[in-house]
Amino acid sequence: MLVFTLKRLVSLFFSLVAASVVVFFVIEIIPGDPAALMMGINASPEAVEELRQQLGLNLPPWQRYANWVLGLLQWDFGVSYTYKTAVSDLINDRIWVSLPLTVYALTLSTLIAFPVGIIAAARRNSATDVGIMGATQLGIAVPNFWFAMILVLIFAVSLRWFSAGGFAGWDEGFLAGMKSLTLPAIALALPQASILARVMRSSLLDTLGEDYIRTARAKGLSRSQTLWRHALRNGLIPVLTIIGLQFSFLLAGAIIIENVFFLPGLGRLVFQGITQRDLIVVKSVVMLLVFAVIVVTFIVDIAYGIADPRLREGR
Amino acid sequence: MMDLPEQRLREAGFFSLAVKTPGFVIGVLLSGFFVFVAVLSLYWTPFDVTVFDVPNRLRCPPFQAWVGGLDFPSAQSSWFGSWQCSAVPQYQLGTDHFGRDVLSMIMVGARTSIAVAIVAVGIGIVLGVPLGLAAAAQQGSFFYEFIMRTNDLVFAFPALLIAILITAVYGPSAFNAIIAIGIFNIPVFARLARGAALSLWTREFILAARVAGKGKFRISFEHILPNIMNLLIVQGTIQFSLGILAEAGLSYLGIGVQPPTPSWGRMLAEAQTMIFVAPHLAILPGMAIVLSVLGLNLLGDGLRDILDPKLQRDRS
Repeated sequence: MLVFTLKRLVSLFFSLVAASVVVFFVIEIIPGDPAALMMGINASPEAVEELRQQLGLNLPPWQRYANWVLGLLQWDFGVSYTYKTAVSDLINDRIWVSLPLTVYALTLSTLIAFPVGIIAAARRNSATDVGIMGATQLGIAVPNFWFAMILVLIFAVSLRWFSAGGFAGWDEGFLAGMKSLTLPAIALALPQASILARVMRSSLLDTLGEDYIRTARAKGLSRSQTLWRHALRNGLIPVLTIIGLQFSFLLAGAIIIENVFFLPGLGRLVFQGITQRDLIVVKSVVMLLVFAVIVVTFIVDIAYGIADPRLREGR
Repeated sequence: MMDLPEQRLREAGFFSLAVKTPGFVIGVLLSGFFVFVAVLSLYWTPFDVTVFDVPNRLRCPPFQAWVGGLDFPSAQSSWFGSWQCSAVPQYQLGTDHFGRDVLSMIMVGARTSIAVAIVAVGIGIVLGVPLGLAAAAQQGSFFYEFIMRTNDLVFAFPALLIAILITAVYGPSAFNAIIAIGIFNIPVFARLARGAALSLWTREFILAARVAGKGKFRISFEHILPNIMNLLIVQGTIQFSLGILAEAGLSYLGIGVQPPTPSWGRMLAEAQTMIFVAPHLAILPGMAIVLSVLGLNLLGDGLRDILDPKLQRDRS
């Protein structure tokens, strides 16, 4: 287990280095002069030069990269060009919208997908199963931002149960904050829950076809007993991978959903960064999101190794 | 080696198996309709999408009158002047805030979606498949490791983030959106081709080809590629539908297809501010997305079931 963890750690390290090089390269090397890009075409040469000085663009690239990474390690991302405040402050502020939203959506998606997937597998080929599979097929096809708009139409415009957008803030109390995240989380969770339910079902069906399930049935366990005691545990492994993968989809999905509901999260921050050409904000937030995805993948890998010793040797 | 699905396919024939797969039939019909509409829009649309019929802007679809449940708050308090959401018979799906015909825009939007998705999937296949085949042919080499690690790295960036990075630097355009979606398709196809090719390299007919003196390159293209074609077609269909969803998402954010080219995502973005007064503008393009994506997914799943029921879908 130790060797396995160490190997994964080394690979985690190289992934992070590679990802940071890519982000740095795309943002700072390819466009030619980032300062000119950020100021737009009407900027005076003096103003561009001043920004170049301020951003340290006159240093050689490897030194800029080293400075940037050293800053990242100390949670110092530089100063936003448009907000005139430290990017780390912006991120500290906004992460408390994006992170709860992602976790909320992931929880919802798992809570919906598990029972639905298990029921579909337990009643394979019944009308219930066909209905569930049809519904999930539809759920996968629905773009989450459109689903969000439909939710707004029904629950905010017609029924007036929720507000159509904005964030109450955690100062208003936990429930008020959660309430403003509810529609966005549902919109994010639906397509993911559909995928997860399908994976849950097919993984359970695979497990139910194994020899040891037949043995369990032969020794006298009922169908539901074999399902709950034997199949479910083993069928969960592929589901865990998908949950890990979904984290990255949810983070990316949050970028769109936050814009639908005008939530002041990281997604909205990075989007505003693009429209205002604030490359420092874009670079930092993108790096942070990629970092989160890589670390979650690492955690899933380790969890795997703990859950299933066979996987430790396989790599 | 017994290949049951292949045998089944050979004995029964593709067509008779296809008819027995209801999902496939629905998928073919929906996708066929979607492609038909897109092609039709090249030659004919009910109205010209570049013409603004200002007196008739924000018209509701005529059928809204008989869909009783769709009764939304009246438009008197709108910011767009004193129009009423009333229907005029010539606009079957109503008009938008410029007075453009929604039906015509949805038809042209289908064309935009198909164009973006085809090129994006094409990039994935043309670059990804050779990479995957090469990696499988040189398993264990440095090149192999490099390809696999690069794949992992691209997977760590959600597609949307790649698109955001690209647009942050080059500015928003349809071309950049296609590149962004296409880049994400490369590792998908590389991984698929590699996995399938690896298992083929252990088979006897490949060994025979090697004994006959064929090089790795020729074997990859003459023997491996034809044998993984089914897989590629199935995955291509799935990626096509994901491409449509991605294009809609990017255009919705305003970093995809730029106006005046109609696109479904763009229509939804414009509809959002008017959702209180003209909900049909938000509902209809979304339904177009859902139906086309649903059709392609059913088509892909059905194809997979017919060609090889044992195959698992790879959605990541």
